[in-house]
Amino acid sequence: MNISPLGDKALRIELGKEVSPEINHKIRSFILVLKRELIHGVKELVPAYCTVTLFYDPMLITYHELTAKLYKLKEHLGSIELPPAKIIHIPTCYGGEFGRDLHYVADFHGISVEEVISLHSKTSYLIYMIGFSPGFPYLGGMSRQLATPRLDIPRERVAAGSVGIAGEQTGIYSVETPGGWRIIGKTPLRLFDPDNIPPILLEAGNYIKFDPISPEEYSAIEHQVKEKNISLFMSSLHKGE
Amino acid sequence: MEFLKVVKPGLFTTVQDLGREGYQEYGIVAAGAMDSFSLQVGNILVGNKEGEAGLEITLLGPELHIVNDGVIAICGANLSPSINGEPVPIWKAIKVKKGQFLTFGERKTGARAYLTIAGGIDVEPVFGSKSTYVKGGMGGYQGRPLQKGDLLKKGKDSFEDKGKYIGRALSTKYTPRYGGTKTLRVIPGPDIGSFTEEALMSFFSSTYDISREADRMGYRLNGKKLTHKRNADIISDAISFGAIQVPANGQPIILMADRQTTGGYARIGAVISVDLPLLGQLIPGQSVTFQKISIEKAQELYRKKQKWFRYFKLETRNV
Repeated sequence: MNISPLGDKALRIELGKEVSPEINHKIRSFILVLKRELIHGVKELVPAYCTVTLFYDPMLITYHELTAKLYKLKEHLGSIELPPAKIIHIPTCYGGEFGRDLHYVADFHGISVEEVISLHSKTSYLIYMIGFSPGFPYLGGMSRQLATPRLDIPRERVAAGSVGIAGEQTGIYSVETPGGWRIIGKTPLRLFDPDNIPPILLEAGNYIKFDPISPEEYSAIEHQVKEKNISLFMSSLHKGE
Repeated sequence: MEFLKVVKPGLFTTVQDLGREGYQEYGIVAAGAMDSFSLQVGNILVGNKEGEAGLEITLLGPELHIVNDGVIAICGANLSPSINGEPVPIWKAIKVKKGQFLTFGERKTGARAYLTIAGGIDVEPVFGSKSTYVKGGMGGYQGRPLQKGDLLKKGKDSFEDKGKYIGRALSTKYTPRYGGTKTLRVIPGPDIGSFTEEALMSFFSSTYDISREADRMGYRLNGKKLTHKRNADIISDAISFGAIQVPANGQPIILMADRQTTGGYARIGAVISVDLPLLGQLIPGQSVTFQKISIEKAQELYRKKQKWFRYFKLETRNV
């Protein structure tokens, strides 16, 4: 564990130096400990791939006081049991108007569209962190067979819910933004909804799985989302996935 | 109560408070005033809580029609404010009357003026804050900069005697100076290991100019190139207001109020909290130098500034 300041109101606890599920597990454990302990003066916890960043009020606790407390907390880490990770199923309509680059991705790798869908939807992806834009998940675990370069010129608008590939990453646009990812499908679920508590659908440490759906199913779910009577389909993670 | 009608919006006028706290883990941008000192002083002068929302007015001010009596203060940049054509002082609580016009003219100093209103600005908080995040269309007045025809409401003011605060001012002893080359104090890290010795030397010894690409999200600087040992990319990590990223071109970017929650470039250091308000008042073409400071000293300065605010608040109440 390595603690360093990020300016005078935040510090970062580094728990590793690479993107890996083991380090993500350590980060989740530390966050659980921090949320139980509620250190006076700590205002925000922001998890990332290798770190937890704490935003705090130096009027209430100094850098050195906080660092000392954190080293003490670290001793409890071993005994922490994390709640089992969940898999959130993301209904996704691949291709057509929902995924304009699906054919490009298939052609790029010399495989069929069906194979792209199968490779993309059979994996459970670990949500490493949320960032970049509200509710956007940084995912790990995409098959290297699907790695495809970004568009040369980003699109001015990519709709919220678009599922895309950029290099070795896959992700879901949580709000409408400009973007250069290859779009292969779209989900009717809202990853960011300011009227909900919490406003975001996904949480770091859980997994997602893309479930292929037809355009008709897309419309039906989209309607349910609008009416706010959608229940998420979740399952628990099997070992080894 | 309806208070201001926008006749002309100015260049970029938004509602800002001290920003959204507690939602960065969801990727929700903090936003907030670029110069929190001026906003807080303005609020204290008109009897508000220091974190109440005001209007952040950038370079070219708006023309505003006052539709009800009230008390306001204008702090920060001097954009030559006048009421019905008569110049009015800044850093001072003033009375305004129904039917008057508040206009702005030539920019004399600074980049951003803060208009605070006794009673605050009555807009619905989004995730605990009234700040506008324009790129996300969130918060403030309909999630966007003010436009012609907008009607802003004020909240109920807190004082029994309306006249009590009128004329209260910040002593010139405390008013900041915005012109010339400014020195910003920086806590090094967390990625100093990504830079060559020479880059670290250059960073703390040469002058950097603020480029034209300087907005609420960040300031791109131009100056001596900072070389990375291997590459500029880091594994995406949290960032903060004042953090200084250096992408592959070797030119630093200081992250400001509308920064995203995470970033992927090496961070050479972070500007300390008490120097950020000054930074928010600099304009393209101005220069800055960076001076190393310890975390202990930076936090001591921060606590001193917070104590000053407390004292100023008491003093303003009791005059």
